[in-house]
Amino acid sequence: MLPVLGMLFDGVAYGMLLFLMSVGLSVTLGMMNFVNLAHCSFAMLGGYVTVTLMNDAGWPFFATLPIAFVAVAAASVVLERVFFRRFYHAGELPQCLLTIGIVFVSIAAAAYIYGTDQQPVQLPDYLQGSLHLMGLDFAVYRLVLIAIALAITVLLVVTVEATRFGAKVRAAVNNQRMARGLGIDVDTLFAVTFALGSGLAGLGGALAIAMLGLDPSFALTYLIYVLIVVAVGGLGSIAGSFAAAMLLGVVDMAGKYYIPAFGSILIYVVMLAMIMARPAGLFGRR
Amino acid sequence: MTTQTISGPHAVLQAQARWRTAEIAFWLATLLPFVLAPDYLVLASQVAIAALFVLSLDLILGFSGIISLGHAAYFGVGAYTAGLISVHGWGEPLSGLVIAGTASGILGYVTSFIIARFRHLALIMITLGLGLLLQEAANAASWLTGGFDGLQGIHTWPLFGRIDFDLYGYTAYSYALAVLFVVFVAARRIIHSPFGLALRGIRENGARMPAIGAPTHSHIRTIYTIAAVIAGLAGALLSQTTATVSLEALGFQRSADVLVMLILGGAGRLYGGLIGAVVYMVARDQFSGLNPQFWYFWIGLLLIGVVMFLPNGILGGLAFAAERLKSAARKRPPVSAP
Repeated sequence: MLPVLGMLFDGVAYGMLLFLMSVGLSVTLGMMNFVNLAHCSFAMLGGYVTVTLMNDAGWPFFATLPIAFVAVAAASVVLERVFFRRFYHAGELPQCLLTIGIVFVSIAAAAYIYGTDQQPVQLPDYLQGSLHLMGLDFAVYRLVLIAIALAITVLLVVTVEATRFGAKVRAAVNNQRMARGLGIDVDTLFAVTFALGSGLAGLGGALAIAMLGLDPSFALTYLIYVLIVVAVGGLGSIAGSFAAAMLLGVVDMAGKYYIPAFGSILIYVVMLAMIMARPAGLFGRR
Repeated sequence: MTTQTISGPHAVLQAQARWRTAEIAFWLATLLPFVLAPDYLVLASQVAIAALFVLSLDLILGFSGIISLGHAAYFGVGAYTAGLISVHGWGEPLSGLVIAGTASGILGYVTSFIIARFRHLALIMITLGLGLLLQEAANAASWLTGGFDGLQGIHTWPLFGRIDFDLYGYTAYSYALAVLFVVFVAARRIIHSPFGLALRGIRENGARMPAIGAPTHSHIRTIYTIAAVIAGLAGALLSQTTATVSLEALGFQRSADVLVMLILGGAGRLYGGLIGAVVYMVARDQFSGLNPQFWYFWIGLLLIGVVMFLPNGILGGLAFAAERLKSAARKRPPVSAP
């Protein structure tokens, strides 16, 4: 198998995970300018929901995914109503501090309940092994992962581009005050969008266990990647997030394949260069 | 010093710059550990170092409104510079301090050109990214930094060629406190200068300052470089007094810790960071039996509580309470508002 293609395949699968975990943050940041550093804690929560249901309740893997989505969406709405909505007009610093606080609490809570070890997860047999196509090996789980992520992306794009709800979201991202002036209930819209975005993060976290592992540091480790996707992709842009997630997935994978000694240096350099060249992101307008 | 009586902004600044009784009492109180708690001088030296680091962040975040999630980068560069020159045969503390401060100052000056151009989310990402980049670089360059094991074999020579660093932290605390005081006086002078006033203007309205003719970018570059030097000094003090440097000196956790201390004490107040450092470090020492994982649970709760209920920190809360008491005393009958 050509090593370059294998690397690209892994990078794309990884990028899909990053996209699922970050697209919600991108949209909510674009709409409310709320810097939610706890977004990856939602992803981690999704991961732990799946692990608990599979290992303690014996649920099949695919059945746990919708539960992860719903549970995380519900938890995020509670947090949004109790904490976040008080800080929409407070500036970035209080927002950062509040959400860093939530990250710390979530990490400690996860460590208290589940311990600091990697969580074991036993995928069903039909998701293990690999497929031989045209002389190349494709891990089945990663193919499924890419398929699920692509399906969700299509669903998202259709929702945002072709439904009334999507039109309201686009209006609110573009110009929140104008949208309010036209009678759109931006607060409710935001709460719903926030829940959907967090739910997607939870789903991403659940899907990520088999590829990235799950331990309490997940909330902080992948937060950086999610922020990179959002900042490089541009706020509120689904296409931008998708492109940035693919780019980050492939570049990070390439770094790990070819220059492992440099660890993550490569992606940080790429990120800094991208932000300096285009502060509004790849597809950003602001 | 000339004592001129100029009315207008100069008079205001001069009135602000006058030393108050409470300040003198505060600095006298910093000498108390020598008498009251000689067993805790090592902790006291750690507090003084943390306070110096917080002061550095206060200058950029509290007074100039530049958010940084990667301030540990400059602390770490100072710590590694001081450690490295000691490992390579020059353990003289004062010159080591100067060299370390210069090194972090150079990094601060170079990066300040980037910092000055950005605000909001881009700035948060850039400071975070620079911090992480530096930590990864230090990890990759393990031939120089010792990687995960930290730097081995730091030996700090006696202060002034005479006073040894003892096990009880007597010298360490005196040394760290002296550096803290000198830097504090300098920072105080900066804040109460017209330049300091301009910085507060940038914090309050970064778009309007250029309109009244203030060179915003060059002001930000200057204060950012100064803050980087101070952070480097704090890092150098840490590696000199503890004789160890590890990657943790550069980590995100340290950047977050220093933010917590500043917010806890009260950002944008000279003493806010110092009070925050004392409270945070003493609390951490009291809970040192606790697994660090769970310590961060309480830190997280504390952060949430502070931003929700005490947005200006301990000092801000105290000032608010004092203000309320005063106005209540002035107006009778006393106000019964919540």
